[in-house]
Amino acid sequence: MSNAELGRAGGAGLAVRVEGLVKTFGEHRAVDGIDLDVRPGEIFGVLGPNGAGKTTTLRMLATLLRIDAGRAEIFGVDVAANPHVVRQLVGVTGQYASVDENLTARENLWLFSRLQGVAAPRARRVAVELLGQFGLEEAADRPITQFSGGMRRRLDLAASLITRPPLIFLDEPTTGLDPRTRGQMWDTIRGLVADGCTVLLTTQYLDEADQLADRIAVIDHGRKVAEGTPDELKTAVGDSTLQLLLAEPGEVPAAVAVVRRALGSDPVLSPEQGRLNVALDQADLAADVLIALRTAGVSISSVSVAKPSLDEVFLALTGHETGHETGDRPGDETGDDGRTRMEETR
Amino acid sequence: MSTMIAPARETVRAADRVAAARRRVTMGETVAQTLTMAWRALKKMRRNPEQFFDVALQPILFTAMFAFVFGGAIAGDVQSYLPLMIPGILAQTVLTTCMATGTQLREDMEKGVFDRFKALPIARIAPLAGPMVADLLRYTIAAALTFGMGLVMGYRPGGGVAGVLAAILLAIVTGWSLAWVFTWVGTIARSAQAVQGISMMILFPLTFLSNAFVPVETLPGWLAAFVRINPVSHLVTAARDLANGPVVSAEVAWTLLACLIVIAIFAPLSVRSYKRHI
Repeated sequence: MSNAELGRAGGAGLAVRVEGLVKTFGEHRAVDGIDLDVRPGEIFGVLGPNGAGKTTTLRMLATLLRIDAGRAEIFGVDVAANPHVVRQLVGVTGQYASVDENLTARENLWLFSRLQGVAAPRARRVAVELLGQFGLEEAADRPITQFSGGMRRRLDLAASLITRPPLIFLDEPTTGLDPRTRGQMWDTIRGLVADGCTVLLTTQYLDEADQLADRIAVIDHGRKVAEGTPDELKTAVGDSTLQLLLAEPGEVPAAVAVVRRALGSDPVLSPEQGRLNVALDQADLAADVLIALRTAGVSISSVSVAKPSLDEVFLALTGHETGHETGDRPGDETGDDGRTRMEETR
Repeated sequence: MSTMIAPARETVRAADRVAAARRRVTMGETVAQTLTMAWRALKKMRRNPEQFFDVALQPILFTAMFAFVFGGAIAGDVQSYLPLMIPGILAQTVLTTCMATGTQLREDMEKGVFDRFKALPIARIAPLAGPMVADLLRYTIAAALTFGMGLVMGYRPGGGVAGVLAAILLAIVTGWSLAWVFTWVGTIARSAQAVQGISMMILFPLTFLSNAFVPVETLPGWLAAFVRINPVSHLVTAARDLANGPVVSAEVAWTLLACLIVIAIFAPLSVRSYKRHI
């Protein structure tokens, strides 16, 4: 079978095609029959809480874990049958920087270039080019141990781009990064796609998937619970949420009636006494609700409008909250920087 | 860091990449990748010089200790024990050195960078064989120091420079071959400590149940039987013949044969268990 036939074997021009993917660790089905279709040139987001099976899925596609059942193809090449070919098509950036801590940034890029058969003079050029592109020139000859989290991630991504692979896997690319570095990482990811790459990324932040992804698959307990564009997913929960705390908890039934009249939908009662969450299609509608409450004489002690969190998306999609205890890998829960995380509502 | 967006350049075309992809790693690529991995291991050694403590101290300490402790009892006096003992210490230090290969591989495999090695289109054997090539430097240091210490203590090898160099070379080759056993242990054990423990259990019988420090004739029959088939005994005898002769005896051939057998068994086993580790 020639390489041309290899790539045509299936896939119908998809960058990634996954059917019924399964991974079992002992009794635990970490990935339990996931299907995914990623089109060339798009950013595809896999969204889910810790332990949902995101990393495990990605590791199977990257030939780092054996596929227990199901089928996965990268540009029509079967992952299980031709791992060596798949490794030439995919760049992998893990959740934990997979660079050598004993080497400097420049030496790391040199190492990975040479390993992939890049000739010495070109390897030197590629290293300089990538260091420049990722703003690491000044740190080029410093030991990695002195690098910040953001610098490591950038070096890690740079190391994945040496051979300019057409498909890039990013496992939680911004977990633990500060907002500024996170924004830069987003720009870089968009730049990859502009270059003609396809990106498959995992994230536990709805806003990240929203900002970056053309399409999102939401996974939970190793299964896909929803798939669609960010807009489609958010419509499931409304564009934003109006959170109300009534001055008198006894007025809740009255408030529910007012909201129903104003928006035609029911608010969600929070376990906390006198607290209501109202899903809004547009943030503007918050004013309508507040005016209606004032007119009806229901007094409010606090009010806020928030973007729907992943938790709310989850609640809407699965009917349960996202509090999982099991991580994708040990030590999965990296630093929290105050963004919406599922643990908050546990 | 003004821009992180990739500069405009030619577009990545997936179909071309699939067509250009190589189906397997060639022998030449494997060698090149192994040497690149060896370069990495050498860099690592240079930045962690404490890795050389064992190869530097052990030959010096053990040569002095064994000579004074056993010399009188076994050979009558220290001087006449040296020709018997130095090749024994040589075998022992080289073996200890290759034990570290397994421990360090295990520690290395736990780091994130091994994930990238596994995800790269490279020969599976390269990350294992690379550090072993770099370890040749450690064997050379250990072997040279052993003979150096012997010379300081009054050892005058009859084999001359050529004989000693041949003995050192044989010891390095043997150490490199036996290191595959420890590499395999490194890929199957759960932690670096476990590797250390298992390696000790392999190492002690191999070195002490050999003719490294005592003449075989003094041993009970069942033990002598094991000592005679122990590859370390062949190495020690061969090294003695080379350094004290110089005589190239059939023991050299037996040692090399044992090395080949060890590599043929443990190199494939190591690669298999490394692959399964992913």
